[in-house]
Amino acid sequence: MAEAPPRRTLFDKLWDAHVVLTREDGQSLLWIDRHFFHEGSHHAFAQLRARGAKVARPALNIGVADHYVPTRTPQRSIADSGIAGMVQGLEANARAHGTRLYGLHDPRQGIVHVVGPEQGLTLPGLTIVCGDSHTSTHGAFGALAFGIGASEVAHVLMTQTLWQRKPKRMRVTVEGTLPAGTGAKDLALAIIARIGADGAQGHAVEYTGSAVRGLSMEGRLTLCNMAIESGARCGMVAPDATTVGFLRGRPLAPQGAAFEQAAEAWLALPGDAGAEFDREVSLQAGEIAPIVTWGVSPEDALPVTAAIPDPDRANDPSRAAQIRDALDYMGLRPGQRLEEVPIDRVFIGSCTNSRIEDLRAAAAVLAGRKARVPGLVSPGSSLVKRQAEQEGLDRIFREAGLEWVESGCSMCVGMNGDLVPAGERCASTTNRNFKGRQGKGARTHLMSPAMVAAAALAGHIADVRPMLEGRS
Amino acid sequence: MQPFTTLAAPACPLPLANVDTDQLIPARFMKRPRSEGYGRFLLHDLRFTEDGTVRPDSPLDRPERAGARVLVARRNFGSGSSREAAVYALVDAGFRCVLAPSFGDIFASNAVNNGLLPARLEEREIEQLLAWLEQGGRDLTVDLEACAVRAGNHRFGFAIDPVWRTKLLNGWNDLDLTLSHAEAIAAFAEADARRRPWAGLPPLGPEAG
Repeated sequence: MAEAPPRRTLFDKLWDAHVVLTREDGQSLLWIDRHFFHEGSHHAFAQLRARGAKVARPALNIGVADHYVPTRTPQRSIADSGIAGMVQGLEANARAHGTRLYGLHDPRQGIVHVVGPEQGLTLPGLTIVCGDSHTSTHGAFGALAFGIGASEVAHVLMTQTLWQRKPKRMRVTVEGTLPAGTGAKDLALAIIARIGADGAQGHAVEYTGSAVRGLSMEGRLTLCNMAIESGARCGMVAPDATTVGFLRGRPLAPQGAAFEQAAEAWLALPGDAGAEFDREVSLQAGEIAPIVTWGVSPEDALPVTAAIPDPDRANDPSRAAQIRDALDYMGLRPGQRLEEVPIDRVFIGSCTNSRIEDLRAAAAVLAGRKARVPGLVSPGSSLVKRQAEQEGLDRIFREAGLEWVESGCSMCVGMNGDLVPAGERCASTTNRNFKGRQGKGARTHLMSPAMVAAAALAGHIADVRPMLEGRS
Repeated sequence: MQPFTTLAAPACPLPLANVDTDQLIPARFMKRPRSEGYGRFLLHDLRFTEDGTVRPDSPLDRPERAGARVLVARRNFGSGSSREAAVYALVDAGFRCVLAPSFGDIFASNAVNNGLLPARLEEREIEQLLAWLEQGGRDLTVDLEACAVRAGNHRFGFAIDPVWRTKLLNGWNDLDLTLSHAEAIAAFAEADARRRPWAGLPPLGPEAG
């Protein structure tokens, strides 16, 4: 009798479909289906210029203006010549090499990890890379998507391939139903708090279980976006009817009969029953509470009802030093209740939480209420902005006292002019509470869009659940 | 790229965990061309005050650490953003090796692409090295052939992906190797387009994005 074929995970199937060749030492040359580049990719294009090289497959390389774009100026003008040069450099590189481009003034412009799915550039079964660590986001569609550095970007531009060693496989299973007032962001932070900011290093993570299957595409994108914050090489969710439904009719997705054929291939991608993982983690969705971070790593995350940890009670000196350093930077005291931490401003946006559903969740809390602190709401793309305005969400944000601005990486990256002033404390829907991430000396508390809205209303970190009572 | 075999050099302790790439080089410096040199941006906000003077507690700028080429740090070094500029900053500041219990995956890959060795030691070994440095230790030897670190009376083996080790030992660049496989890549692309017709993208028309 013939030997049964090996049972493969979703990741194994994605990997196998892209191997051009494997060397004796185990390195594989992978075919890359999509490469997104942005303003920060200038180092890679400089490497091409130095070699006099061309982009090998222009049609598969897509430029998006997001990291350095202004969000608050008339006609999106840029006063800072250094920043303007970055945006113009991107557009010049795209033109010079004949690639697709979603530039600053394109009506479809937005954050690369929002634009890709929105335009149907991101599809299940693809390999997707970008010189941005949050490229893991696209794994939400059942794609093999990961961030790369400038030298690798140059390699992809010149060859449409990349050398990789196969990572280990890790499965994170979340069963049950997320309680009211919680969502994908809380789940993502709870996972990172459990396994640590380096807990998934060297692993391709597949998120599964009824709670994950129950997430919308927006929620899955948030979850996979944060995979990198647990150190994962990539994160992914198996494609299903939700995935296919999202993609139908997207401008660059296959159309008509070709779409139905593609969908059939996509729905064959989920892992075989009994396929093995190198590591397993499981959580109960019903136990998830709204989560906020208190420190300077996404692993420093606790339920909103908790108190700030005491370094004197840490189990080892290295961890105690880490807590002390974090509290010193954040200006917090051991034992202080999270709900008593005052905030100076809020930010709703970034590739983590700037999609229509995120904006709706924040607006549901803010509707008819006034924020006590200033804040910025930056939609993930110009199309999300338009949709939100059609739904009247912009009015809710404005009437609450928040600023409704254009789309871009905005206050998440500290490089486009949207900054949190030194010493100020920001409740933020972003992905990194690193020192200086939102601006030199800025203090960031990560949380969900609904929780940021609650903090805006209270003027301090607050539990959103009571504020949602009686609201749909 | 310059091959990496054995490095005998002064080391600098950085007893911090989760030193992310935003700390290694704050975003506001990344507009600069590499030709300007990125060394002065390394760990900028940890090292310099508002007016640009060196902080008295800057771990990198203590006189006894002058000329350091090896950095010793705690877990999850280089996590976060994929910015290769973090590696440029280390390399331009003179570093050729970072010793830590764990590294961000993308950082480690970027490091190897720039001839910087990311060597993994056990957490307790790193603590011993940090203590040895704080007690006045200075020069250590990193031997990539043997995957070993010698510091005073300490002898530790370290871990590194064998492929990366070979690449560093030889100073290889991926690109020339890849270009030698051009035919295999073209054949793959052709067969793949038949296998997965939905995976391609239409060529750029005048109205295409």
